[in-house]
Amino acid sequence: MFSVNTVIGQPGSFAKERLDESHEYKWPEGGLQYIPDWVYTSPEIYQREIRRIFHGPTWNFVALEAEIPNPGDFKRSYVGPTPVVVTRDSDGAVRVFENRCAHRGAEFCRTQRGNVKEFVCPYHQWSYDLQGNLQGVPFKRGVKGEGGGMPKDFRNEDHGLLKLDVSTLHGVVFASFSKDVEPIEQYLGPRILKDFEVVFKERRLRILGYYRNELPGNWKLYHENLKDPYHATLLHSFLVTFGLMVAGSKNGMIADATGRHGTLASAKPEDVAAAVGAVKGEMRAYREDFKLADGRFLQYVREFDSPWSVTMQTIWPNLIVQRELNTLGIRHIVPNGPHSMIMLWTMFGYETDDEEMVRHRLRQGNLMGPSGFLGLEDNEAIKFVQEGVRRSPSDRGVVKLGGDTQGSTNAVIDEAAIRGMYAYYRRTMGL
Amino acid sequence: MYPGYDMTPVDAREARELRMEIEEFHADYCWTLDCGDVERWPDYFTDDAVYRITARENADAGLPVGLVYADSKAMIRDRAFALKHTQMYAPRSMQHFVSNVRVLQAGVAGVKARSNYLLLQTLVDGPTTLHQAGRYYDTFVRANGRLLLKERQCVYDTVLIANDLVLPV
Ligand SMILES: [Fe+2]
Repeated sequence: MFSVNTVIGQPGSFAKERLDESHEYKWPEGGLQYIPDWVYTSPEIYQREIRRIFHGPTWNFVALEAEIPNPGDFKRSYVGPTPVVVTRDSDGAVRVFENRCAHRGAEFCRTQRGNVKEFVCPYHQWSYDLQGNLQGVPFKRGVKGEGGGMPKDFRNEDHGLLKLDVSTLHGVVFASFSKDVEPIEQYLGPRILKDFEVVFKERRLRILGYYRNELPGNWKLYHENLKDPYHATLLHSFLVTFGLMVAGSKNGMIADATGRHGTLASAKPEDVAAAVGAVKGEMRAYREDFKLADGRFLQYVREFDSPWSVTMQTIWPNLIVQRELNTLGIRHIVPNGPHSMIMLWTMFGYETDDEEMVRHRLRQGNLMGPSGFLGLEDNEAIKFVQEGVRRSPSDRGVVKLGGDTQGSTNAVIDEAAIRGMYAYYRRTMGL
Repeated sequence: MYPGYDMTPVDAREARELRMEIEEFHADYCWTLDCGDVERWPDYFTDDAVYRITARENADAGLPVGLVYADSKAMIRDRAFALKHTQMYAPRSMQHFVSNVRVLQAGVAGVKARSNYLLLQTLVDGPTTLHQAGRYYDTFVRANGRLLLKERQCVYDTVLIANDLVLPV
């Protein structure tokens, strides 16, 4: 049972959750300063997103190369809601194919990670190599004297697994169902690539572990959350009280040229007390009396050649790259219907970390994830939004901060990046 | 199974007495949390305690990450303060059920035990849900005649957390 099913008013019981293709999806007047609720609630819109976005010309995150270092290593993963398998081929290349037997459709790979020589579907033991090519069909020629078997013209080459296009960039693996997507560097664009490279370029990752949670909200709300610097300075008492991100300090919301990707960046002020003192009157979450008994966990070890101490990257459509001081990770968004998403987190450090640095990252990990001081607050807020838009007859949200600008901004009290994302979304969705 | 928590022979009578004492400890600990008295939660730990909640997939693969990761009582206290006073989350009540207590080791370094836990969560206006099923791997030491946790590894089976895990296990 998903937690979206534990709220009064089951999914599908409200009119705005039942809009089909006969509904006229008309964006509210006022351009991008309003977001219609049906982008979060309509099953028709959700299906269109799967077709046009997740299965369309986009690069979807599927794995980190550090998870599959050796030939035969594999990982279960997802492109949109579609299960795929990511493998390291015997020649070292990374392959991605559907987790669906070409014979009768069984989802054959049932373990998260492992190492194999071949994949065998347990139902009728069709076997596939590490590229997804069909290798063997038991009793292909039937049984002697009894007949049966495949027709003479059956060719294994015609019955392999559905293969996806693969791109790897600095150890991060992306896949696409589409042949029409631009090269990955171009897809990200130079502004996004820059902070992506700070985390990944010429780095060998050490995987520290996984979190998995269901987040009962529409998948786009997670992108919005990280294109929304305004909330960061209000919702999160940790950011505010300890000066990790303060309005008026050096912050940036960087969008790519299309508006779909973003980097929420901030630089920890040198003088935290002064920076916080200037704006604390506006922030209810500020707590004068909150002093850490163990301050180690918020220390910042300067390990990057970057002016930013924090960069949170939203990479369309399904990847978040987290660099929050020294706690690093990716979040893989798996849409789970209009009202729910699955978040798959992989936390990592670097192979060059000594034991104390690993422990520092683990301690600082308390900021993020489904029990993180920041993470749990975002999950709660996103859940509240989904319940609000799903269950009320009102029909739109307001994104007017900063006027009608779109994309990058240096102002924290600004929703330009959310508007920029929806400008792109409307083009790609034909809305 | 968790590394360092192998079963070793313990005198049957001693094991029985320890088991009763640990069961009382669990009852007190869970009562404190289930009453919402999270600021008394750090009292169950030694100053150098390690407290971690992690998925079984991490424990099995030897991956060190924690959903919650504390390697001092001070960190546990900071979390308790934040949960009580500064964190934003919807009101909820929790109930812990601990069973199958097994004493694994008893020696000068402390007492090691394994127990199963179930955590129920109730939000406003919703049904009670089984929020987490897991195992405690505990190391107890004795201070002033009372057991304290020197280590608690909470290893959960519940693969997908329902939104978040706010309050301690
Ligand atoms: Fe946030």
